[in-house]
Amino acid sequence: MRAANEPVQRPPDARLLVVGADRSFRHVSRSAFAGLLRPGDLVIANDASTIPASLAGVHERSGAPVEIRLATRGSLAFEDIAFTAVLFGAGDHHVPTERRPAPPEAAPGDVLRLGPLAARVEARLDHPRLLRLAFDGDPAAVWAGVAAHGRAVQYAYMAPELALWDVWTPIAGPPAAFEPPSAGFALDWAMLREIRWQGAAFATLTHAAGLSSTGDPALDGRLPLPEAYRIPASTVRAIAEARASGGRVVAVGTTVTRALEDCVLRRGRPVAGDGVATLRLGSASELRVVDGILSGTHEPGSSHYDLLGAFADADLLAEADAELEAGGYRTHEFGDSALVWRSKRERQRRAA
Amino acid sequence: MSTHNEASATPLRVAITGGTSGLGLALVRAYARQGARVAFVARTAEGVARTAAETGAVGIVADVAKKDDIHRIALQASAALGGLDVLVNNASDLGPVPLALLADTDCEDLERALATNLMGPFRLTKALLGALAASAREGRGGVVVNIISDAALTPYETWGAYGASKAALSHLSHIWDAELTGEGVRVLAVDPGDMDTPLHELAIPGADRASLKRPEASAAEIVAAIAEARP
Repeated sequence: MRAANEPVQRPPDARLLVVGADRSFRHVSRSAFAGLLRPGDLVIANDASTIPASLAGVHERSGAPVEIRLATRGSLAFEDIAFTAVLFGAGDHHVPTERRPAPPEAAPGDVLRLGPLAARVEARLDHPRLLRLAFDGDPAAVWAGVAAHGRAVQYAYMAPELALWDVWTPIAGPPAAFEPPSAGFALDWAMLREIRWQGAAFATLTHAAGLSSTGDPALDGRLPLPEAYRIPASTVRAIAEARASGGRVVAVGTTVTRALEDCVLRRGRPVAGDGVATLRLGSASELRVVDGILSGTHEPGSSHYDLLGAFADADLLAEADAELEAGGYRTHEFGDSALVWRSKRERQRRAA
Repeated sequence: MSTHNEASATPLRVAITGGTSGLGLALVRAYARQGARVAFVARTAEGVARTAAETGAVGIVADVAKKDDIHRIALQASAALGGLDVLVNNASDLGPVPLALLADTDCEDLERALATNLMGPFRLTKALLGALAASAREGRGGVVVNIISDAALTPYETWGAYGASKAALSHLSHIWDAELTGEGVRVLAVDPGDMDTPLHELAIPGADRASLKRPEASAAEIVAAIAEARP
């Protein structure tokens, strides 16, 4: 597929491949998404806004320039500034991550000077580039420093420097994501109206979408890292209402799917509150809540693509890839979209 | 997994621009007294630190007239408050000081008034609308108050830059309010009256302060109007 390399969230010509529960394919304009819904359906999106998680600075002991990309924290709480981060060597997003020079060796106790911020390496986790950091200052000062100094995490295929308004979805709320929950780029407020006019409902959850690539095969193999999430009470009610009326639950993006399925796996049903998703969804997974996923056009080999295996079998996904390829669809965050209805074996509705 | 707070258990979460003087400061104080979680924005670090120390509210040093500051404000406010129920776009720019006939008004003065009084509220509301709509879905409502002026309605001579920008903000508020009905978010345009504030002193130096409304009185009215607009 072609890389979408302009930061336009909703190009007028954005396209949508619909992969039906009956294994059919349809190519439509993405702006027609709401029209594919039925009364009683529920669309759930991730309302996380994106933290400018790329912080450039210096590894004090060696004097070497570094970039860190904030990667996880244990919860979505304001006070929780115990970030883990991935360390990168000199340079910025213009160099593909796999070609970036190696960073200096960071040992516990080392200090990173990151613009107005200072962070101490508390621990190296089980990879030399994956660090737990302790930032100097109270939470308000740390958030102000990140807001002032941080840049949106971005990759080499996107040359222009992204501003926060490029990566915040129209529905963005609490700063929680480390990379944009980009499936939500498809939404705008007019579409939310159309969803309602269709007799369907719209709800949100907040999920700390993490880094999608580090350029290091060992680290990339561990993605997604544990991701904090919060499910509002109104969303749990909306799921129950959709179930009761025979409606389908459509997750906007892999992050929403991961949060909902993680919650149900732990709790037996959707429950309002906070959690940390560790679930990795793939072809062996059984979906208990989500009936369809609206997402970007992910390429085989990524964890996002693996997750689609929970919705459709490998043969159907391979056919869908061929459709995307033949149709000239664009990939990556600012690319086109696919709506994949669950076609795999009938779910046991334990979650209902 | 912790149990999610019921809607009523979380205090009201309020963001106020121009929070270190006049009406904005009175609003920060009023909400802080009520036990609300408050974040406020102002341009000078000293003023922000002073008001934060006095009220316990979270201060954000930024300029709503600058596009680059808007998402920084939204990020810090929604992080600190854990969401948002109320946004008060109060920060205002008078235009030329002293007030001037339109024909004598520099383009830059009009642009600055529009940037602060119209573009700032538009951009900040847009950046925080996701948080406000999420609050509305939780049954807490979402309210935006845009502070306008009777100069938005009445064509007072020499008030051209200010009056035109506030007229635009007023109209924008009414249209946005209609458009957001389905989301449960209200957008109100409120005229607080002629108050004894630094802005008024800039506009009409040496005015009889006894004849002016106390900003605390206007703040109390706005707090009541917001309570009225919430479910």
